[in-house]
Amino acid sequence: MTVPPQETALATREAPRAAVLARLSPRHLAIGGAIIIALLLPLLTTSFVTFQLTLVMIYGLAILGLNLLTGFNGQFSLGHSAFYGIGAYTAAILMDQADLAYYWTLPCSGMLCFAVGFLFGLPALRLQGLYLALATFALATAMPQILKFHPLEPLTGGVQGIAILKPDPPPGVPLSADQWLYYFTLAVLLVMFACAANLVKSRTGRAIMAIRDHPLAAAAMGINTALYKTLTFGVSALYTGVAGALGAIAVQFVAPDSFTFLLSVSLLVGLVIGGVASIPGSLVGGLFVLFVPNIAESVSRGLAGAVYGVILLLVIYVMPSGAAGLARLLAAKFSSIRTLHIEGKSV
Amino acid sequence: MELLLQQLMAGLATGAIYAAMALAVVMIYQAIDHLNFAQGEMAMFSTFLAWQMIQWGQPYWVAFVAAVVLSFLGGVAIERVLFKPIHNAPILSQLVAFIALYGILNSSAGEIWDFTIKTFPTPFGSAPLFGQNLISTHQAGMIGVTLAMLGLLYLFFRGSRLGLAMRAAAANPDSARLVGIRVGWMLALGWGMSAAVGAVAGMLIAPVVFLEPNMMLGVLLYGFAGAVLGGLSSPGGAVAGGFAVGVIENLAGTFIPYVGRELKLTIALVLIVAVLMVRPSGVFGRAVVSRV
Amino acid sequence: MKRITRRSILAAAPSVLAFAALPARAAKQNGPGVTDTEIKIGNTGPYSGPASSYGTIPKAEAAYYRMINEKGGVNGRKINFISYDDAYSPPKTVEQARKLVEQDNVLLIASPLGTPTNSAIWHYMNQKKVPQLFVATGATKWDDPKHYPWTIGWQPNYQSEGRVYASYILERKPDGKIGVLYQNDDFGKDYLKGLKDGLGDKVKSIVVEAAYETTDPTVDSQVIGMKAAGCDVFVNTGIPKFAAQAIKKAAEIEWKPLHVISSVGNSVGASLKPAGLENAKDLITDFYLKDPTDAQWKDDPGYKDWVAFMDQYYPEGDKTDAGNVIGPCFAQTLVQVLKQCGDELTRENVMKQATNLKNFTVPMLLPGITINTSPTDFAPIKQMQMARFDGERWQLFGPLISGAVSG
Repeated sequence: MTVPPQETALATREAPRAAVLARLSPRHLAIGGAIIIALLLPLLTTSFVTFQLTLVMIYGLAILGLNLLTGFNGQFSLGHSAFYGIGAYTAAILMDQADLAYYWTLPCSGMLCFAVGFLFGLPALRLQGLYLALATFALATAMPQILKFHPLEPLTGGVQGIAILKPDPPPGVPLSADQWLYYFTLAVLLVMFACAANLVKSRTGRAIMAIRDHPLAAAAMGINTALYKTLTFGVSALYTGVAGALGAIAVQFVAPDSFTFLLSVSLLVGLVIGGVASIPGSLVGGLFVLFVPNIAESVSRGLAGAVYGVILLLVIYVMPSGAAGLARLLAAKFSSIRTLHIEGKSV
Repeated sequence: MELLLQQLMAGLATGAIYAAMALAVVMIYQAIDHLNFAQGEMAMFSTFLAWQMIQWGQPYWVAFVAAVVLSFLGGVAIERVLFKPIHNAPILSQLVAFIALYGILNSSAGEIWDFTIKTFPTPFGSAPLFGQNLISTHQAGMIGVTLAMLGLLYLFFRGSRLGLAMRAAAANPDSARLVGIRVGWMLALGWGMSAAVGAVAGMLIAPVVFLEPNMMLGVLLYGFAGAVLGGLSSPGGAVAGGFAVGVIENLAGTFIPYVGRELKLTIALVLIVAVLMVRPSGVFGRAVVSRV
Repeated sequence: MKRITRRSILAAAPSVLAFAALPARAAKQNGPGVTDTEIKIGNTGPYSGPASSYGTIPKAEAAYYRMINEKGGVNGRKINFISYDDAYSPPKTVEQARKLVEQDNVLLIASPLGTPTNSAIWHYMNQKKVPQLFVATGATKWDDPKHYPWTIGWQPNYQSEGRVYASYILERKPDGKIGVLYQNDDFGKDYLKGLKDGLGDKVKSIVVEAAYETTDPTVDSQVIGMKAAGCDVFVNTGIPKFAAQAIKKAAEIEWKPLHVISSVGNSVGASLKPAGLENAKDLITDFYLKDPTDAQWKDDPGYKDWVAFMDQYYPEGDKTDAGNVIGPCFAQTLVQVLKQCGDELTRENVMKQATNLKNFTVPMLLPGITINTSPTDFAPIKQMQMARFDGERWQLFGPLISGAVSG
């Protein structure tokens, strides 16, 4: 049985276009669109909103760090405020006392936090669940106390903190300081998000997730769980530490009170709302953490905490798996409709 | 030597606070398998309810009993209304729900009752115990009541059918359903009991620390540390852990030179984590052995 | 008609110059946030979070501005008081301050609360040249006209108070062994520094320096440690909750030192009553504001006005909370500054008038204490008075002391 000549011609003409369209998934289009919007935003809005969006990206990056550890590797952490704080203070001290340029503080903070995270991950290997939570909570509580510690005051500025100057754009670039910082943060964000996505899709990523899902089976299959778990701790701390450094530069001030246990709680809330184990979800988490307290405050200043709690509950009811979970659900529904639609169509 | 004895006793007295809270924490952990962040706020809110009743002229014991009963009912209601819909949600989402509950209770208490400290009466009086200046009668009473609650709960869980049913529902909900236990209501019961224990703890603690909306955050965290130290699967261990945390913190603050004053919380927590390294399920906890 | 000659112009010159020198009546300038009917004022404070007990201060300020508006406003303009929550978190304060300045376009920020929070926006406010007036913190650093000309404090700073305690102790118990209880943050450490500086060579008299965190349930251990170390002087700089606990514990363990308590923790209703009035007998402190829970002010007109204001405009406010006294005081001082600006409501003139307060008082300040500022003096209130508790009320004694320490 031969195919009629007209249909063959049609098929060959359609083939290249279909091939490209097949590779351009809705996901790619969404990411591309988001990047274009992100590039245009500071030019369309005020300095203040640009500043807020920069903070959103910073929190999103911090939440991504937590996500790598808790979402992808199943190790519960209440201590990420400590890594954020270490990153922030490293940047502040280097800029204030060593006159280091702001962009070099990022790798310094990252590497220091990686080391601290890795070292913390070693004893953490023995702890599970709530016991690990306590250990990380100890870290989070220790951080402000250590920062206020009297003998360290010449370095950390003690309770008074350290103030730093916002970097100016390089000469010749027609942007304001806020806009420049926004683009700088965006660039760092895109690079680090891409690295994280790569990591998760790779063999290492699968090993990390295997450890989360079934540690015994993973070990039985030959995965070096100890190594992967501590490395993940280190990488997670690195991400949150870089976010902390960016945060210090954006806010231009670090003090022990900025890095308390409550920050860890905020990061956790952002993680869940955005969607555990979802990389783009981390940004949604950042948006939530920054803007929803403001919304709660505008409803009732005296009961701002209560309104925030109510909003949290409502969001959890509607999307128990976070924004990413909801997106997945909607995508599944949409693709099932599409499939039905295509099947119904005659070729 | 006298200083050591005094700090030890003071540590036990403060530890009694943590122990009472740790008991409530472990209670709910045994029922629902995770930590309720809002535990402290629930205890605080219950204590405020009791305080309000006393302000309205009720005698202490009426207010006490009423607060415990209301807390029990409140705990059951919170579970049935707020947490039932997210039963099957991932653990982290439920954790966020606890955080939300914390915010609601803390903020509401601040709006209703203000942030100035209030005195809360104690049925034990505040005289020095046996005339010695080591510990007051109230603090001794607190230790006594905590141990009594521990004893009652132990009897309940080991000796009664309902207690057995609750343990079954927590350990293996599916199997429990198959034998006819109403798991949902067991959970609600667990919440109610934990809220009631929390209310008693709050009403014991308030005379010492003074009643105000933020009184429980530190206590909850120390209580949590004590519960983990003692072992989350063992109520007795949790109580022991609570006392231990109180003593460790006091002794660290007093005797470790130079560093102790400013870093005593850190030191206490580091010590606890060190203990956990050696015994990852807590000192008295049972290691969970799971079949592969 | 007179001919306009050079001579007539010269003759007219003095009166023209005199006319120009008249205060602001001729020039009407509206700075940012100002219209003919409204003045926008910004503020940040901890309405949520661990420091939420201080959230009542901006609420009391807002209530005071409501009263002013009902009475016609300032120079015909209503005050639009925009206050945001910063949860006592410095990064949040930065965000809210930027929102106030860049989005809401306020004329100035009045009484933002907290030391780390104000530190976070210090540079920004001075860079943007926006007045940061009467910051609600006693930290010593705000009195720095040379480096931070747009920031000014209000209350006597903690170091001054610490020095005052030091002088008192040196006078009464020069060979005493001192134990200090302080909060482990900027406010507590500032008191400690003032005390140490005031003691000078005798700083070794401080035998026990006991810190506490706001998350600590009790300070019993610290008090016990002091008694055991043989301290016979106790400097208690804690906030009401911990100050009260310390007083109670000291009585319980039958420790009777020379007990100095700071102005932060000396309220009869908020601290002494919970601790037990009989336990607080012979306590020494310093005051600059009237304690609303002290019966000695019962018939004082300033106190009665304050009660009337609270009853009408802020009935849900707790009248035993000192925060509800200081809030209206901040507001009254700001209203005076705005009045002095007249129609020239620019940021520069606001700053000029804020540093030009001469012998101004507000009703709830102790009698005799005045507010004075100048371009080189950014400490509005420097005076305080000592008092001793007699078991029922605070008995003021001695002269007004000026403890001027600049930042």
